[in-house]
Amino acid sequence: MTGAAILHDLIFDYTLRNVALGSALLGIVSGILGAFAVLRRQGLLGDTLSHAALPGICLAFLLTGARAPLPLLIGAGIAGWIGTLLLLNTVRETKLSEDTMLGVVLSTFYGLGIVLLTYIQRRNDASQAGLDKFLFGQAAALVRSNVETFAVLGGMALLAVVLLYKEFKLLSFDPEFAASIGFPTRGLNVALTSLLVVAVMIGLQTVGVVLMAAMVIGPGTAARQWTDRLSVMLLLSALIGAAAGVTGAVLSVQDAALPTGPMIILSLTAMVIFSILFAPRHGLLPEWRQRRRQRRELVAPPLPGESLRMTGGRP
Amino acid sequence: MSAHRAEPHWRDEDAAVSVHDLTVAYRETPVLWDIDVAIPTGSLTAIIGPNGAGKSTLLKAIMGLVPVAAGTVEIFGHTNPKQRRLIGYVPQRGSVDWHFPTNALDVVTMGTYGQLGWVRRPGKAERERALHALEQVGMADFADRQISQLSGGQQQRVFLARALVQDQQLYFMDEPFAGVDAATEKSIVAILQQLRSEGKTVVVVHHDLESAPDYFDWLVLLNARLIAAGPMQETFTAANLARAYGGALTLLQPRSLQRMAGAPDDAGAEPLVMHSGMTP
Repeated sequence: MTGAAILHDLIFDYTLRNVALGSALLGIVSGILGAFAVLRRQGLLGDTLSHAALPGICLAFLLTGARAPLPLLIGAGIAGWIGTLLLLNTVRETKLSEDTMLGVVLSTFYGLGIVLLTYIQRRNDASQAGLDKFLFGQAAALVRSNVETFAVLGGMALLAVVLLYKEFKLLSFDPEFAASIGFPTRGLNVALTSLLVVAVMIGLQTVGVVLMAAMVIGPGTAARQWTDRLSVMLLLSALIGAAAGVTGAVLSVQDAALPTGPMIILSLTAMVIFSILFAPRHGLLPEWRQRRRQRRELVAPPLPGESLRMTGGRP
Repeated sequence: MSAHRAEPHWRDEDAAVSVHDLTVAYRETPVLWDIDVAIPTGSLTAIIGPNGAGKSTLLKAIMGLVPVAAGTVEIFGHTNPKQRRLIGYVPQRGSVDWHFPTNALDVVTMGTYGQLGWVRRPGKAERERALHALEQVGMADFADRQISQLSGGQQQRVFLARALVQDQQLYFMDEPFAGVDAATEKSIVAILQQLRSEGKTVVVVHHDLESAPDYFDWLVLLNARLIAAGPMQETFTAANLARAYGGALTLLQPRSLQRMAGAPDDAGAEPLVMHSGMTP
């Protein structure tokens, strides 16, 4: 398919348009909130959140008895949020390390989710068909109403980041100083994590519980390679997330057998690997080449008092 | 503890900070035990004590950054927690990730966030103040430098500039001299003295017994309990240091102690600080 044909389909093909838009929205929201998670060294928080959401989806289904997307997303959000609060509070109140508690919360909630899922499937209820799609996502099945829900949820999350950009930046860089000048760091921490829950809510339907971690970690990791400024990093992260979403969507319609969620993740992974290898300054290859050049052009440092000349310093 | 406060050097109401019966515990282990201490307004105070004596914890407890088990804190005569915002703070340099994507000017601008309050972004005025503070610490040329590209001493000066931007009457600094070279140490001392000349109060967690009497005029000697507090001249004594550091100090008899005491030729007069293990 040519570029023009792909563009034509992106705009006029109902299915592809919705899948691409939904995936792009996910990429933007998880890209921006994931960037904060990466900077705060909480990359695995997204993984825990998404796994913790599974029992919420099942309970919401048991309570409402229907597969309407919104109640399920809300169930997912609440369960993910409870998992997060449990995690943050246990880490604060006990000597257990964060990665220990991430693992405990992740596997316990996920186990509970699988038990509930099996129970629901055993009931032979026709309406449950496809509930297990949340495990790996079902981006190909996104419809217009899904995209609208994503836009509202994501828009609210992004608005919060825009308003509290300064506060979130300070919290991420130096929480102790933030507390010393009177910002409630515990509340800000819960707020930032809750926004990540929103990103996960969007992601569950698209890439699923298992692959969501990559959507949180990937864009921020790639973006960090290209810039040393937080604002630029957040924008790049959103852009990379969106690009991965659209690329995955387009690639998956080339051959109906390819699943969309995993294609999004693979596209994203390609961008991450490219960034780690080739980004100027931070990339491995430029760094390696620079080190080689520097070793070749090494000159003696100036003695004290001698002026430091940047060029032509060799005798 | 009242024995310390009975000394009639100055009245408690002149205190920038006064702490009563303060106890802080991390779980079962008390880190600070029943501390009663007051720090006079306009002083350059050193908090000194061995590792694990609770020096940083004392600063953090006063600022409300760690939960206290008991005790009250008065800042400029008031116990209201809002008083804590009158403290400019220089945390330990190692407490943050210097690979964070930001530059020196941006970090210093963070010192204005408290006054800006919620949602409002720093503008031109804030950045100009930040730049001025960078000039004060001799770092104006590094404003655009990514913070991971700065040396330890430069990072320390960036933290100091961020506190200067806060423009407070009271400053807490947690080991500002840790890991900095002699030139940076000199410039930090100059800034401390500048702050004192402006009538400000500066409280510094300090490690080096050699330089303490030269840099500071007031001393808080700590080892979980308060060992001594008062003017440097009177409190920086062999007996007090021995009580704070236990047996370890007999090996570490600082030269500064002899200078303070008029160098009497008594036991331990031989300075061993730098020479242990280096004798041929």
